Amino acid sequence: MTIRITVYGRHTATCQSVLSNARALDIQGLRSCRIAKLYFLAENPGTESISRLCAFLLADPVTEEASWVAGADDAPSAHELKNTAVVEVALRPGVTDVTARELVRGMAELGMPTCEVATATRYELSGALSNADLRRLAQKLLCNETVEHFSLGPIHPQFGQSATASHLVERVPIRELAADALTTLSRTRLLSLDLAEMRAIQDFYVEMQRDPTDVELETLAQTWSEHCVHKTFRARINFVQQDAHGNAVEHSDIDGLLKTYIRAATNAVYPAWLHSAFVDNAGIIAFDDQYDLAFKVETHNHPSALEPFGGANTGIGGVVRDIIGVSARPIGCTDVLCFGPQDFPHDQVPEGVLHPQRIAHGVVAGIGDYGNKLGLPTVNGAVIYDAGYLGNPLVFCGCVGLLPRGSHPTAPQVDDLVVAVGGRTGRDGLHGATFSSAELTHDTAETTGSAVQIGDPITEKGVLELIETARDEQLYTAITDCGAGGFSSAVGEMGSTLGVDIELTNAPLKYPGLTPWEIWLSEAQERMVLAVPRAKLPRLQELAELWEVEVSVLGHFTGQGELCVRYNGDVVADLPMHFLHDGIPQRHLDAVWQAPAASESAPPTPADLNATLLALLAHPNVASKEEIIRQYDHEVRGGTLVRPLTGPQMDGPADAALLKPLGTWQHDKAFTLSVGINPLLGRCDPYAMAVSAVDEAFRNAVAVGADPTQIAILDNFCWGNPTLPDRLGALVRTCQGCYDAALAYGAPFISGKDSLYNEFNGQPIPGTLLISAIGIAPDLHCRTTADFKESGNLIYLLGETHDELGGSLLYAHLDYAGGQPPQMPAKPLARYGQLHAAMRAGLIRACHDLSEGGLAVALAEMCLAGRLGANVQLVGQVSNVSELFSESNGRLLLEVRPEDATHLEAQLAGQPLVQLGRVTAEPQMVARGAAGDAVIDLAVDALVSAWKW
Amino acid sequence: MNPSILILHASGINRDEEAARACELAGGAPDIVHINRLRAGERNMRDYQMLLIPGGFSYGDALGAGTRMALDMQVYFEDELREFVESGKPVLGICNGFQVLVKAGLLGSREKEVGRQDTAARAVTLTENASGRFECRWVHLAVNAQARAGFLSAIDELIFCPVANGEGNFQVQDAATLAQLEAENLVALRYVDAAGQPANGRYPLNPNGSVGDVAGICNAKGNVLGLMPHPEDHIDAVQNPLGGGGQLGLALFKAMVGTIRI
Repeated sequence: MTIRITVYGRHTATCQSVLSNARALDIQGLRSCRIAKLYFLAENPGTESISRLCAFLLADPVTEEASWVAGADDAPSAHELKNTAVVEVALRPGVTDVTARELVRGMAELGMPTCEVATATRYELSGALSNADLRRLAQKLLCNETVEHFSLGPIHPQFGQSATASHLVERVPIRELAADALTTLSRTRLLSLDLAEMRAIQDFYVEMQRDPTDVELETLAQTWSEHCVHKTFRARINFVQQDAHGNAVEHSDIDGLLKTYIRAATNAVYPAWLHSAFVDNAGIIAFDDQYDLAFKVETHNHPSALEPFGGANTGIGGVVRDIIGVSARPIGCTDVLCFGPQDFPHDQVPEGVLHPQRIAHGVVAGIGDYGNKLGLPTVNGAVIYDAGYLGNPLVFCGCVGLLPRGSHPTAPQVDDLVVAVGGRTGRDGLHGATFSSAELTHDTAETTGSAVQIGDPITEKGVLELIETARDEQLYTAITDCGAGGFSSAVGEMGSTLGVDIELTNAPLKYPGLTPWEIWLSEAQERMVLAVPRAKLPRLQELAELWEVEVSVLGHFTGQGELCVRYNGDVVADLPMHFLHDGIPQRHLDAVWQAPAASESAPPTPADLNATLLALLAHPNVASKEEIIRQYDHEVRGGTLVRPLTGPQMDGPADAALLKPLGTWQHDKAFTLSVGINPLLGRCDPYAMAVSAVDEAFRNAVAVGADPTQIAILDNFCWGNPTLPDRLGALVRTCQGCYDAALAYGAPFISGKDSLYNEFNGQPIPGTLLISAIGIAPDLHCRTTADFKESGNLIYLLGETHDELGGSLLYAHLDYAGGQPPQMPAKPLARYGQLHAAMRAGLIRACHDLSEGGLAVALAEMCLAGRLGANVQLVGQVSNVSELFSESNGRLLLEVRPEDATHLEAQLAGQPLVQLGRVTAEPQMVARGAAGDAVIDLAVDALVSAWKW
Repeated sequence: MNPSILILHASGINRDEEAARACELAGGAPDIVHINRLRAGERNMRDYQMLLIPGGFSYGDALGAGTRMALDMQVYFEDELREFVESGKPVLGICNGFQVLVKAGLLGSREKEVGRQDTAARAVTLTENASGRFECRWVHLAVNAQARAGFLSAIDELIFCPVANGEGNFQVQDAATLAQLEAENLVALRYVDAAGQPANGRYPLNPNGSVGDVAGICNAKGNVLGLMPHPEDHIDAVQNPLGGGGQLGLALFKAMVGTIRI
């Protein structure tokens, strides 16, 4: 008999949020809300046991109250109350439920018989609510049907067991299929392969004189997916550049964007401190004499669109595994988020799309949950709001790790064991790799819901600790993470030269009923694959037991060069590794870039510059992100020395984070994390977007103390459908910008990722390039923050201001498309090098880069962060509007003590440097035009309240 | 020889390494030991002179912050813990560790100080923040110079350090419970403003809505202390976000380690 335990608690904040969100959904009848946690036990352990369970684990004696009934459908009392309706929400079977697992473990610990357990949440809603209201509340607010189900009234618990036949292997007749049938097959099986690729597979099997098994076909689709093999970035591209009238001005034949631009740039600048680029899960650079740093940034866009919490949650989980996959200890996270406007009207949100506010709320909670629980400080990022991300948000998750130099082994040996470590395999995340290469539509949630999962950070924490110890004891010869494609991808990659022989029944499963291809392809989270010499296995198992991590031997490396997958001994896949990895035909794509037509109208002139500045400060892309930042633990590990919030009130903006890794306090070296991203600029000129993103990431890093000659960068492209020439043309221009910038700044790309097909119902997102930078700060005592420190100090502007308002925040605010976009500054590396030297000499009291909103916003931010005023004189070489709001690259504001002025000017000799004015005790920001009139005159309080609205 | 400090690790604990560094700087000899190694008898609690349960999310805080690890403490280590506490050895719980100590009945339980929990005796708890969210920010703490944890009186300035929790809201059964805690000087640390004036429940000075601005409590014997904020994250002036020296969390570690008689 099922036991239903109801635990009422206070949940005041959650109830408040249900009430306010209901009003936002225009459901006015809801008066009050009460929340209970529900636990279902599949068997009755007896009254005494239930009492103990409640006392020890389920109900807090101070804040909670528990009751129980036998028989799951007999829900207690409340739904009989007048005007009170009940909605109950539970996870779907197979979705990770850590609470249920811990409850079972707790039952065992209390010495009672264990049984299957399910959990749910009960909402008792009072007021005048129709059934339609309740349904809407459930669907739009209380339940995400991608991972949960709900019931109006008592829910029936589902204990997650599904027992269907599991050994089924299907032969897929492919040899006789005509072109359209091949295309159909690719579509119906969610293979995301094009005709040429399907033909290559067909030709292979014709030659083999047999048909593929479903395991083989799925393995090929995964291995050849955009996600795994980056076929767009390897494609041969016929690129035509056109002027604004559509006349071709340049034509080029590009043999792979990756090879031609990204890797070429890295190879051209290859500094001595670069230890690994593009060959592994993450890029690796030198930190000090003993340690290296690994850095990787991933995206998890489509999952986050469907299930924001789980999508972002597993996004962090995935990138952390990338870092574990280079044998590094993860030590910090970054996140960059692009959402639709938070005030978007609810009734205009397209079908199948979650409201941007719900997405933002879930994503932030998901990132916080995973990073916080792993004990990783989330220290840097950006949030961008734009209507272009309404149906397709972007979630970039970054992770940095520390590893002793030379401790990451990469050569599995013949007869080494293939060992899976971590979470169990379930049906979750099937087709994640191919799903990420498909466009979202209104029914994506219906058809591919299984591609999204909720993470289990505590299991990953155990994996992380186990791997760190195993690495130090040299227990493995190679390691990789299970990401998209699951075992098929991880084992396929690791065994790509030697070949492997795998027995799928050795993989521990969450529940029975998985077919062989599902086990092989599952993207269940928190799993790693190791190559382990047989002699080392016992020690690995011993450690795994200590850390409570499951390890299982899947098979071994054969030296035969074949991928051999068995189920109960029967061969279910047998493919030569060379076909799996090299059989994919190179794509041929067309790309066109047409320069935008010059705007026919003159740019509008803002009438009131004070009002304009306040509006830009309050723009969601500029305004304070404190509410998000504080939900992330940015202090854990005790090494965050430039935090995401700065100044005496600890609420001002920061240019970059500066981190000191735990365990390296014996010296003063630290490192910086920063980003550059500007999709507004990309709409105007993708080349300028790339150059500007690199410059922004760079100047942010330098602003807090990084040495500009020791900065490595990562590229993350999020783009629309690359098979459409206009989308691809913009992508080509962006890559060209990346190449030119990398060379000018001497910065290698060390890792990167592309996420394509970011379209919703045929509308692409704004092509978005994220540049993330990791830099070495030689002396943490020379770190600098953006807040003004002391009245009377001088304010300098380093860098030149041009009439470059194209793609600027001002023009977006004025709704004007046109103008010149910012160009690359001349010799940027020399400029930043001299600035860095000045910092090392202790001459810079505050430093802040000029980005969105230009000089006016940067100066305002320094004032509001420091709660001090500024009195500056504009130079007047360009118009006041341009001087205040232009977004020219290569510029920073500096605060310098009067007695250091001469020294500073000498340090920055040869650079464009102008003294603009002084920091003032009077909390007023004043900027005077050439005529001496105050063009900006605002109280710092006004700046603060605009920025922190 | 420096006093040996057992830093208890368990699945999901994550501020163990910082805590170890703080103990080291305070003159202790920390040893991070996984709870499973204690259970297996590879290490013995009796061999240590101080116990520290660090911050994190033990077992994912499933079923409530610290609840599962508190069960571990009661099921596997009941006798050793009682003996440890009764012998007067210092026990420090930070954040998740504080939650564990409370939920295991080692702090804030009315009738019995130690031992197998009669949950009805528990009169205090740490529950979800008033904001309903995880929150990370620096706070000022004043020590109660009269606290039963007498070593705190050695700290003659405020402590400035971060909180980082989702369930740090200290709540009590009833007003009488708080009055009793205060009367008996069991309240060890309170949230205050930068000048040391009571936060009086004002957010964000009191970041989680704790009654009586309580940030930490001790037991009647004065050797068990729990607090939500993280003094281990301010053990070097360079970590201070406002610059300047002083108000180090290290002072608390020094005071506590200083009570150990070798």
